[in-house]
Parts: sequence; structure tokens; C-alpha cells
Amino acid sequence: MQESASAPFAAAPARPAEQLRVQSPFVRTVRRLLRNRSAQVGLAIITLLVLIALFADVIAPYACDQQIRQSGLRRRSPPCIHLLGCDRDKPQLLMGLDSNFRDLFSRVVYGSRLSLQIGFLTTGAAILIGTLLGAAAGYAGGWADNAIMRIMDVLLAFPSLLLAIAIVSVLGPGLINTLLAVAIVSIPVYARVVRASVLSVKEMDYIAASHALGASPLRILFVRILPNSLTPLIVVGTLGIATAILDAAGLSFLGLGAQPPTPEWGLMLGEERNSVFNAPHLVFFPGIAIMITVLGFNLLGDGLRDALDPRRKA
Amino acid sequence: MWRFLIRRLLLLLPVMLGILIVTFVLVRLIPGDPCKAMLGERATEEKCNAFRERFGLNDAIPIQFVRYFGSVLQGDFGTSIKNGRPVTDVLAERLPMTMELTFFATLFATAFGIALGVISAVRHNTGVDVGAMVFANIGVSMPVFWLGLMLAYIFALALKGTPFQLPPSGRLTAGTDLPSLLKVWGMEDAQGIQRFVVLLISNSVLLNSLIQGRLDVFADALRHLILPAAAVGTISLAIIARMTRGAMLDALTQDYVRVARAKGLAERAVILKHTFRNALVPIVTIIGLQVGGLLSGAVLTETVFSLPGVGTQIVDAIIARDYPVVQAFTVLIAIIFVVVNLIVDLSYAYLNPRIRVS
Repeated sequence: MQESASAPFAAAPARPAEQLRVQSPFVRTVRRLLRNRSAQVGLAIITLLVLIALFADVIAPYACDQQIRQSGLRRRSPPCIHLLGCDRDKPQLLMGLDSNFRDLFSRVVYGSRLSLQIGFLTTGAAILIGTLLGAAAGYAGGWADNAIMRIMDVLLAFPSLLLAIAIVSVLGPGLINTLLAVAIVSIPVYARVVRASVLSVKEMDYIAASHALGASPLRILFVRILPNSLTPLIVVGTLGIATAILDAAGLSFLGLGAQPPTPEWGLMLGEERNSVFNAPHLVFFPGIAIMITVLGFNLLGDGLRDALDPRRKA
Repeated sequence: MWRFLIRRLLLLLPVMLGILIVTFVLVRLIPGDPCKAMLGERATEEKCNAFRERFGLNDAIPIQFVRYFGSVLQGDFGTSIKNGRPVTDVLAERLPMTMELTFFATLFATAFGIALGVISAVRHNTGVDVGAMVFANIGVSMPVFWLGLMLAYIFALALKGTPFQLPPSGRLTAGTDLPSLLKVWGMEDAQGIQRFVVLLISNSVLLNSLIQGRLDVFADALRHLILPAAAVGTISLAIIARMTRGAMLDALTQDYVRVARAKGLAERAVILKHTFRNALVPIVTIIGLQVGGLLSGAVLTETVFSLPGVGTQIVDAIIARDYPVVQAFTVLIAIIFVVVNLIVDLSYAYLNPRIRVS
């Protein structure tokens, strides 16, 4: 590990303190990341979302499927905020009621759990499989490389959402199948990224040294090559979470993803899309929630790219 | 150049074959019996057998594939199981809508994206630049279907009665009549490729209305396209703006730009002739890469704006398990996508002669 190797240098007391502080690459990257404006905003948004998701039970005033039936309350009631002068006799509804008398705010809050899970799970699975395939292709070369990458090319020949729609139609509509479909269509991207960086790392002197020391191919691949080719993967993965959340929301919007009464943002939009003219709040808020979440991961991804790319000066 | 072109075309063949195989296998894996889906749950075994016989569903899968492959090569995509019409007719009916939408979305995204990116780069680190990039960041994060609904709300309801009011759904104002070109040209008996081409042109409302000189219908169709095209194009607009800004900023620091300025060229010429031309390669790449996203966006947006295009058809066909239609549409979109990528590659070679040699 390069981080620990640099620690003794940091401790050596020979020169004035200013020149001495040789930071490990990891610390240096984190510092550069934290100084980056995009990354700051992105991290703040994601932290906030994670907190909302974790404490959804505390934040949401109602359960996500609880119907609020009370005299004077109509379905699709607009937001009622006491601070803004809404009648105090009415219950406070930050984002109004949906078509089934449910509190939209609570549903949007609970929806954050689903969207974050969708983003992390699909991207995690896709990265895992994509990395294995890409590493195998790049390291083995020859026919294995050709076979794997041609299959990836064919998958990339389809626009991702369309392929996901086709896969969901095979597996049947549902949240789990949507996760699978979104994960499958993003595998080729990661496989390509990993293959490319494995190809460049594989030629380094320290890999030749490992060979000379008699390390097994698997050890060289997993211990020497892969950890050193992860940098581009982190950037692409972060941006991939954003895409995964958007694609899954799109599938749910079409009715192919999460099924009612799941509080999934895309589904909430799809269910209420015909109310856009008489109850625009039902469409507005879930969409804003998707946008902010995606924005957070996009900004963090951009910040990571700037921080991790040695050619760019922060 | 020719060798490069031929090599690239040959490389397309295995990808096309792959697309056919993937689509064929996927469609065969769709659970449920197409017979029961079409003839109803109570269809007798006899009726179902006749049905399967008619559509060749009783043969072994490899035989079905070879037959399918053979007919696709001849431009025959079979008949729709749902309504018995030739799939090419359904294609010719739906494709023009999606192509018009994608074309205008691309136009919108490219024109505004490049303009925004160039202005941002020229006014680097000013309020204009920051504003443009904040807009771009928000733009890439918006779900197209949500943007579509919001635009519909703003331009159809909030701006109602103002000159900015725009129709929120449909292809033409209800009651507008535009006869098919098959009828106008007296070609109702036409067959094969001739029929397909005439249908394609005829179903493109914009082309058809121009050919028939119906400028009122043309304007109406264009007005109906503005909101969907803006919704589909916004994400790409933002991506193109960011890429253009980055490429321009890179190019602006090059020595030849300093030389151009030192020669005393007008700033306008420096930006447009020397910087922009050299920033074009990454910009063209990113525009080409948008096509997949635009096609996916079109699928979602057609649903929002109730437009009779490929997207709405593909979802309907999946629900009805209409194999031939799903198959044909998926293959077609993948092929369009691949061909656009090829054109992008070729345009690199045109823009940057070094690529041709390697």
C-alpha cells in the first residue's frame, strides 16, 4: 500500500516542517477533493440524502401508505404549511396529498431509501461483474479478450434504457427485475474501463517484478493490477449511480419497474402524470427529488474526476 | 479514406449479427404464450396449434432464427401477431414520428449546447460562465419525463392565453386532416420497398404537409414538436455545453491561438476559425454519443406527450407479447444507433486526418 509506505517520510524530522509534509497520495486526493466546489456541493447533497433515508421514520410525519381521511381534505389537496398561513385546523401537509389521500412528503422521504438503494445496489453489482469481465479480458488477452469485449460491444449497441426495457419485459415488471436490468445494461461500461486500465497497468515494471518473484497470475491480477487500476472506475461508478437512478425511475414511470404502492419517485410521477394540470404538486416534488439526488452524484463524480486526474491542477 | 470506410463497414457486420441474435433470444425468452395473449386465455389447443403453425412458432429455435435472419436480409420483418399487419407497415407508421422528434431534439441540443459552451469558454470565470455551468449541471440531472410534464404545465396552462402557449400533447390539433401520400399519389396498390418508402415519407407529418403544400398543417405539427423536442434535448444540451466549454478552453491555451492573436486577427476570427475548428473533434464525438440517450429519451417523452412513435409502440407491443414488432423495433433502433456511431467515427477522420492513417 502506497499510503503506509509514505508514513515514515512524513515522520522524518530532518528539514523545516513546511517542506517535510509529504502527504500520501490518498490524503492528497481527499484534500484536493474537499477543496473542489462541485465535490463539496455533491457530498453535502448525498450526506443529506443518506441522513434523510436513515431517519425517514423520524422525519416523515405519516407512514408511506397511510391514508389521511379528514373532513375538508380532498384527494390531491395542495400543500398546507401552517407557517405560510394555512388554516391551523387542517393537518400540515408539506407537499400535499396524492390521489389516494396519502401524504406526499412522507412518500418522497421514504422514496429516498429506495432510490439510494437502487443506485448503490445496481452500480455495485454492475461494477463487480464488469470489473471481473474487464480484468479477465485485459489480463488474459487473446481470444478471451476478443470474446468478452465483442459481447460487450453488442450490449453497448443498444441504447441503455431500451435494452433495460427489453430485459424487464423478459423478466417481468417489478423492482428487483428493474434492478437486474439496469445493472446488466451498465456492465459493459465498467468492463471497458477496467480493461483499459488493466492493459496499461499490466506493462508496468512492478508487474514484471512480481512475475519474476514467482507470484501466481491470480495474485498478480487481484493484488497488483486491480487495486492500481481502480481510479477511473471510482469516477465512472459515481456518475453511474446517477444514471442508474434515472434509468430505474424511467422504467418505473413506464409502469415496468416498482409497482404500487411502493413509494418510488419514478412510479409516483408515472401514477400522477395525468394530474399535472390540476394538481401539479404531485408531479413537481417527486421529480425535484430525483433531480437533486442525481445532481448530487453527478457533482461528486465531476469533483472526483478533477481530484483524481493528476493532469488537472486543483 | 476508402480503405478506412470499408474496414469500418466490415467491422459492423459482427455487431449487426450480434444485435439480431440478442434481440431474437430476448424476445423468445419473454414469458407467456403469444397465442394465449392474442386469442385470449380460453383459446382451444387446436386454435393455438393452428396459430403457432401460421407464425412458425412450432419449429425449433435455431430454425426460427435462420428463417428470421433470411427474411430480415430481404427487408421482411414478418406480420404483427396482434393485428396481422406487416411489421414494415407498423415501422413505417411509427418511425417517422420518433425520427422527427430525435432530429429536432438533436438540433435543439447542438445549437444551444455549442452556443452556451462557446460563450462560457470565452467569458471564462465570469458570472455568465458560472450561470451557464450551473444550468448545465442541473440540466444533466433532470429526468426527461419530468421535464416534459413540467414544460407541458408551464406552456400549456401557466402561459395559456399568451403568445407562448404551446400544445401539451398529440401530433396535430384534433380535427386536422392530412391524407396519406399513398392516396394522393394513387399508389394504394404499391408493394415492397416502394410502399415502405412512400409510407415513411407520408407518415412524417412535416414532410407530407410540405409536399402537399399544407403550410398550416406544417406549422401546427412544428408547434406540437417544440415541447417534446426541448424535453428530450435538454440533457444533451447540457452535456454538449460542458464538453464544448472544456474543449474550447483547452484549445484557447494552444500556441497557434496566441500566434493568431499576435498576427492581429480579429477576436471573432480567432475564436471561430482557429479555436472552434480545433475543438470540434471532441464536440462531434459527444454529439454522436448523445443519439442513444436521445432515442431513449424519445421513448419516455412520447409517453408524456401521447405521440404515436416507436416508444409508445414498443411498450404496447411488449405488453401484448407481439414478438415480431418488439423484435423489429429493437433491431431497428440498435442499427440506427450503430450507424450513427459509424458516421461519428467517419467524421473524426474527416476532421482530424491523423486518424485516417493509423
